Amino acid sequence: MPELLIRNGHVFDPLNGIEGEKADIFVRNGKIVEKVSRKARVLNASGMTVMPGGVDIHSHIAGSKANCARMMRPEDHSKDPESKTKCTRCGVGHTIPSVFTTGYRYARMGYTTVFEPATPPIKTRHTHEELNDIPIIDKGCFPLFGNNWFVMEYVKQGRIEELAAYVAWMLEATKGYAIKIVNPGGIEAWRWGRNVRRLDDLVPNFDVTPREIVRALCQVNSLLNLPHAVHVHPNGLAEPGNYQTTIDTMECARDIPMKEHPVMHVTHVQFTGRKGWSWPDVRSGAPEIADYVNTHDHVSIDPGQLIFTNVTWMTADGPAMFALFKLTKTKWFNADVESETGAGVVAATYKKSNYVNAIQWGIGLELALLVKDPWRIFLTTDHPNGGPFTAYPRVISWLVSKEARQKVIDKINKTAKRRLDLGGIDREYSLHEIATVTRSATAKSLGLRSKGHLGVGADADIAIYNIEPTKVDPAKDYKSVRKAFARATFTIKDGRIVVKKGEVVQDVQGRTFWTRPRVSEGTMNLVTKELESKFDDYYTVRMANYPIEERYLVASEPMTTSTEV
Amino acid sequence: MSRIVSENVVCTFCASGCDDLEIAHDGHKIESARKGCAISLSRFASVEENRLLKPLVRTRGILRPTTFAKAVDKAAKILNSARYPVLYGWSQTSCEAISKGVELAELVGGLIDNTTTSCHGPTILGMQDVGESTCTLGEVRHSADLVIYWGCNPIHSHPHHTTRFTVFSKGRFRKARKDRKLVVVDVRRTDTAKLADRFVQVQPNGDYELLTALRTAIKGEEIEQDSIAGVPTETVEEIADMMIDCEFGALFFGLGLTMTAGKHRNTEAALALVRDLNYVTKFVIIPMRGWFNVTGANEVTTWQTGYPYAVDLTQGYPRFNPGDTSAIDAVARGEVDAALVVASDPVSHFPRAAVKHLLEIPIVTLEPKRTPTSEASEVVIPSTILGIEAAGTIYRIDGVPLEARKVIDPPVGVRSDVEILDALIDRVKSLRGRR
Repeated sequence: MPELLIRNGHVFDPLNGIEGEKADIFVRNGKIVEKVSRKARVLNASGMTVMPGGVDIHSHIAGSKANCARMMRPEDHSKDPESKTKCTRCGVGHTIPSVFTTGYRYARMGYTTVFEPATPPIKTRHTHEELNDIPIIDKGCFPLFGNNWFVMEYVKQGRIEELAAYVAWMLEATKGYAIKIVNPGGIEAWRWGRNVRRLDDLVPNFDVTPREIVRALCQVNSLLNLPHAVHVHPNGLAEPGNYQTTIDTMECARDIPMKEHPVMHVTHVQFTGRKGWSWPDVRSGAPEIADYVNTHDHVSIDPGQLIFTNVTWMTADGPAMFALFKLTKTKWFNADVESETGAGVVAATYKKSNYVNAIQWGIGLELALLVKDPWRIFLTTDHPNGGPFTAYPRVISWLVSKEARQKVIDKINKTAKRRLDLGGIDREYSLHEIATVTRSATAKSLGLRSKGHLGVGADADIAIYNIEPTKVDPAKDYKSVRKAFARATFTIKDGRIVVKKGEVVQDVQGRTFWTRPRVSEGTMNLVTKELESKFDDYYTVRMANYPIEERYLVASEPMTTSTEV
Repeated sequence: MSRIVSENVVCTFCASGCDDLEIAHDGHKIESARKGCAISLSRFASVEENRLLKPLVRTRGILRPTTFAKAVDKAAKILNSARYPVLYGWSQTSCEAISKGVELAELVGGLIDNTTTSCHGPTILGMQDVGESTCTLGEVRHSADLVIYWGCNPIHSHPHHTTRFTVFSKGRFRKARKDRKLVVVDVRRTDTAKLADRFVQVQPNGDYELLTALRTAIKGEEIEQDSIAGVPTETVEEIADMMIDCEFGALFFGLGLTMTAGKHRNTEAALALVRDLNYVTKFVIIPMRGWFNVTGANEVTTWQTGYPYAVDLTQGYPRFNPGDTSAIDAVARGEVDAALVVASDPVSHFPRAAVKHLLEIPIVTLEPKRTPTSEASEVVIPSTILGIEAAGTIYRIDGVPLEARKVIDPPVGVRSDVEILDALIDRVKSLRGRR
């Protein structure tokens, strides 16, 4: 692997406090180093912006529901084919791109790490098959725990240590990275066509509440020293008035001791940050939620920003998807997963003229602008729920420029425009803050120490954008900023140039991160025995055939944690 | 080697994915198999029957043994020089092999299609119109109090289906047969129908009519006719009430719906019926897929190209237009000028017009056993039997992935589909490089 010298770029490296200063970056053997030899290849980055490679914390790119969505929506692909080239495979877009195209399109935007945020454990082998096939980027996935029978039973019995050992077993078995909770208890209720809407409602047949499930899993997360917070999609998704449940969910884990990162990450809050009692009177709950986040450091959030375009909704939240399908009357896919979770997919379109869509658009941006600490709010569109990930540059333009936002505000539904606070918010992100919310803060939140920064020892995942920060004022030149972020001048992955002038020039294999918590043998043996005694009752797959072996991952990158269990 | 008993072996016959077989063997030869259904056991018992053991290339009209390298070279040349090759089969091999198949199809600019095209293709087309409310089989086992088999006969096609997943299984919320009702809809009284609480005999090709009537009935609307597709209206209303009144209903359907008059309109009606039922109760629908990895063939092709079957890669990007880009149609129109057949037997299964053209073009076959297709081929490369002599990923009916394991060694010199396809890809690449 040749050495690289990236000369004279304006470096934005928030984790190391470097804010646009001119500096040289040295790369050897896929890592950032202090110095390189004279033989190093020189990339002239003068007049350009240099950032660590983008890190996406929440994007549905792989697994059974993404593939069901692909299968169900040929009309989505036919408009957006991607031809093969000398070094790339062919594929399709648009809202649910095929795997090769997914990797290439992320790389073109300067992203080098992406996490799939919801995988049904029993189908995670499928998720890994797709992750293996996604080129260039590093990745990982979060298994779903919020409706798992074993979890709910341990919670009911109050056996947190055993629950922790079970979670550890499951992370190892599925090669998963973090704990994901979706609509705790609600998907179990969906077995009977019902839902659990509030934090203290009982889960049918299991006699536990979402509050107990969330709290227990947050405690487990802390006991296991997992690298990321518990990643939560609260109850009541998409319902008017759900902002209070979101705040209650955050509040319920406030007393759980925090370690290196917040206890809880609440995701795509745009979908769970709604005030009001009915659809015609939905309002933005963003000010209240932002206020809560600003005054409590145990949580982080991401907005799941809405884009006015065709989208595909996909989530493990089966009941929410059916409720939304009843509104759209498009096509609806549902897939319940035995003893664990569910999934739903619906085709949809967001329109500026639609009152609720316009409010949703406003909630996302209000959250991003009202949460003060850029280390606790991340840029997402909850791809492909709020919009496809390829719309990130557009979101960036709205964040850096009030003018860009105003242009859209002028076109949205008039009632929504009147009811949103967005027009009165003056904050404009700096490039430094953009670098924070798109790579450094997400890498930090995920506990990826070698990502999201350009310090010595970091992975040489680097994005170079054609923006001259001393000359360009993002607030005014938002169009050129948007263009630059859409097509990186260079993307470097593990020290290799993979994108040049927005085109993929080299197809490389990315790694898959997963977590291996070390649990004491005694507790693990006890829990394994309990699993063995119940497994055949709960599953239609034998326990021996359930775990995914490490060799299954083409490039496995386990992160071992020492635990208190 | 001494006697070994391999436990929890995944069966690679139908797509039920039974994974509890016990196989006694000495590493080379299977001694006995336990816990499988009759079909599964006979599959293990007949591993050695009818095997292809040497690569064959047709010279002067006769298939003659040759070396692996020569067979691969000839196969690569056939595919490389073809203008519109079809790469067909895939449902009896691993996802890893299917993945190689897509790569090869992209490389040579061909059409890749799997056996979905002749079984549940209409199911996918129906799903693309209305969606699908489904679940994994364990959910049916735990919750279903109403099971409907429509146009399928699992007692013979998926022998352990009823005992592992439906009426005879024991789940968390349904403990025994008496906790569940079974309805069978078919054109004749099958062995599955004999187990049913209600058997509904529909006239041949009357499924669409009956499904539509059921949709009408569950919406509370009146059916004016006295009978629908040979079924008395009272029976239709009674079945509709059973559907509405159940707590968790599961509808399984087979080729009796997908391959009779109406095809994807039938499946669309069934999918829409189940969707509508979710307004009043919980209901799911699961197609009775046949081969053990036909679901996997759809999955791999979808995540790599966006489309589940009938993918045309001749333009350098994926196109999907069944009827135009589906293997049977393209072959029957006489457009295809070479075929790679992997783990399938189209000469036996395709319609006559398609077989007629197939016999006129060079075929390359990758198969463990002699078949009419292998006999008609230009090149035959013997391959291992997945789940017995080779490991690989497969997908169950319900999309649950499993790893089929290797139990015994393959016959000497016989390679897996993945190895053979790898060699083919390498050879085609070098041929292209030379050009």
